[in-house]
Amino acid sequence: MKKSVLLTGALALGLTASAAHADPQAEVLHWWTSGGEAASVKVLMDEFAANGGTWTDMPVAGGGGDAAMTALRARVLSGNAPTAVQLKGPSIQEWYEEGAIGNIDDVAKAENWDALLPAAIADHMKCDGAYCAAPVNVHRIDWIWGNSKVLADAGIEPPTTWDEFNAAAEKLKGMGITPLAHGGQAWQDATVFEAVAVGLGGPEFYRKAFVELDMDTLKSDQMKAVFDQMRTMRGYVDDNFSGRDWNLATAMVINGEAAFQIMGDWAKGEFINAGKVPGKDFTCTSPSGGAYLYNVDSFAFFNVDGEDNVAGQKLLAKLVMGGNFQKVFNLNKGSVPARLDVSMDEFEFCGRQSNADLNTAIDQGFLLPSYAHGMALRGAQAGAITDVVTAHFNSDMSSEEAVEALAQAVANSL
Amino acid sequence: MTEWLEKHAPKMVLAPSFIAILVFVYGFIGWTAYVSFTRSKLLPKYDLKGTIQYERLADSPRFEVALTNLAIFGVLFILFATIIGLTLAILLDQKIRTEGPLRTIYLYPMALSFIVTGTAWKWILNPGLGIESVMHDLGWTDFAFNWLVDPNLAIYTVVIAGVWQSSGFVMALFLAGLRSVDNEVIRAAMVDGVSTPRIYMSIIIPSMAPIFLSAFIVLSHLAIKSFDLVIALTGGGPGYATDMPATFMYAMAFSRGDIGQAASSATVMMVIVTAIIVPYLYSELRPRHD
Repeated sequence: MKKSVLLTGALALGLTASAAHADPQAEVLHWWTSGGEAASVKVLMDEFAANGGTWTDMPVAGGGGDAAMTALRARVLSGNAPTAVQLKGPSIQEWYEEGAIGNIDDVAKAENWDALLPAAIADHMKCDGAYCAAPVNVHRIDWIWGNSKVLADAGIEPPTTWDEFNAAAEKLKGMGITPLAHGGQAWQDATVFEAVAVGLGGPEFYRKAFVELDMDTLKSDQMKAVFDQMRTMRGYVDDNFSGRDWNLATAMVINGEAAFQIMGDWAKGEFINAGKVPGKDFTCTSPSGGAYLYNVDSFAFFNVDGEDNVAGQKLLAKLVMGGNFQKVFNLNKGSVPARLDVSMDEFEFCGRQSNADLNTAIDQGFLLPSYAHGMALRGAQAGAITDVVTAHFNSDMSSEEAVEALAQAVANSL
Repeated sequence: MTEWLEKHAPKMVLAPSFIAILVFVYGFIGWTAYVSFTRSKLLPKYDLKGTIQYERLADSPRFEVALTNLAIFGVLFILFATIIGLTLAILLDQKIRTEGPLRTIYLYPMALSFIVTGTAWKWILNPGLGIESVMHDLGWTDFAFNWLVDPNLAIYTVVIAGVWQSSGFVMALFLAGLRSVDNEVIRAAMVDGVSTPRIYMSIIIPSMAPIFLSAFIVLSHLAIKSFDLVIALTGGGPGYATDMPATFMYAMAFSRGDIGQAASSATVMMVIVTAIIVPYLYSELRPRHD
């Protein structure tokens, strides 16, 4: 069967001479289905086709990837994994432990990925020391987006620490402007929480708490201070924030109804689509004191049979890490390239800022995985922390109760 | 031959669906119960590890909230849907002229899916868009109705939306029941000069006991499996204040890669359903002596 397909394929292409050579095939499971994201994937599809590959698209939208993960589980259990899957962070290792993930180390060695990628990010792409996934971008999470006009009218500089943020927020509140545009969904609460944690506690505290899950750190006074700041910030959101989608919160900043939003750099796309100029109409600052919380999307390569599929994986891995794709994809998506040697000339102000901060953070060892976006911990542990964060933010739970609940929830999830 | 067919045809016709239900319903219930005794995470595993998942469930504040919410929602939803449904049915039973259209109007919400109901009520109850904002625009600026965004009260908005959706259906059930009460008895009571409320309280309602039971069974299974209404109305929020066992199970299975917790919470839900259904089946299936 396989032979006849190969043969027909070869005949159809009129490549009788190279019939022994494999035709790269890739079935790619992803959930980049919305406008800008779909356009970004199209770039990769076109490059893949231009290099003689056959791309079978398998987009599964819905639930922020939950639906795609369900599809993946069904495919792996039936012994028919897709060639490549949009997968990130520790879930790559989780699937590796289930014995489902393959190996693209020879491509990575040939292309010298170790030199091109920040070490922290390269580690996510490796299973037992060998590359098994390829990164496509770096999203920064700990951004404060601000409306320049609102800030100028209030005489406020864009905040770079949480104290400055609090002072600015009090002033704005006095003027009748909602200081913080926020959507009361668990993942958004977690996004704000981790930005507060890294800004107040510093990189070492963050790493101990949310990467190593150190119980003493989770219960520390520093963690109480983080929850205290969350309680303060609860006073800076409007009454109507529950359940609001993140892009509606961004719209509040765009329209000047609110001054700030704390969100990953996908929020930038909303500003730009509304005709706002980065660095001029809206500000992007980080309150993290040099730390950088990343969320890296990647393609993981699953165990597949057949020469064609393996050739497809190798070609795909090479193209994903290619300079052109990394540039075009990230220009579309609002993130920055994972590969450090891509020219940032065509990127806008906040993109260049993100890249500059990324490089500084690498030098200082302050490059940290985002827990809220599934880069630092596995689903069960990250979910347990988020449960406590969102329960605290949405009730009158005290900081003491919150840290106790945090330690208990983490222990229970292990 | 014909005789053989006559004897066996019903069994043969029923066999495929019987087998399908045996495997896909009862088989997978068994599978889920089995998995709930393992330490399955991302993918199911089959080494038994005792009751660890149930211990984790017992320690989980979120599951506690989900069970409390199920109790609040279940009791209030069943109670109010029954009371409102019965009241509407009795009012419609007064031989009024426009009964047909009115009945359709009250029954109509049942034609909507819970997703539509949830989304509509999300807008109606949203303080910035719905009732509260309209009242403020009309000049009643002290008016406050922000249950949807209050973690302590949000679960009651789920009750409101659920009751709105289901009470029309309960009304239809009761209306059919009211019509089937023996007219002779009612007439006899009227001749004896018994007042109308008394007729309802002492004769008609007691004779509708089986309808109450049916309404209870239908509503209680709607309450226990309620998922789409919560997702559309509150998304489980604020925080996880409106989480239900079904949404908890979904989060564990599909977002968190914790199949063990999902399976054990699903098993707990099944036990609750069984606790309600078994007495019902028992009362239905026992030989009658009347």
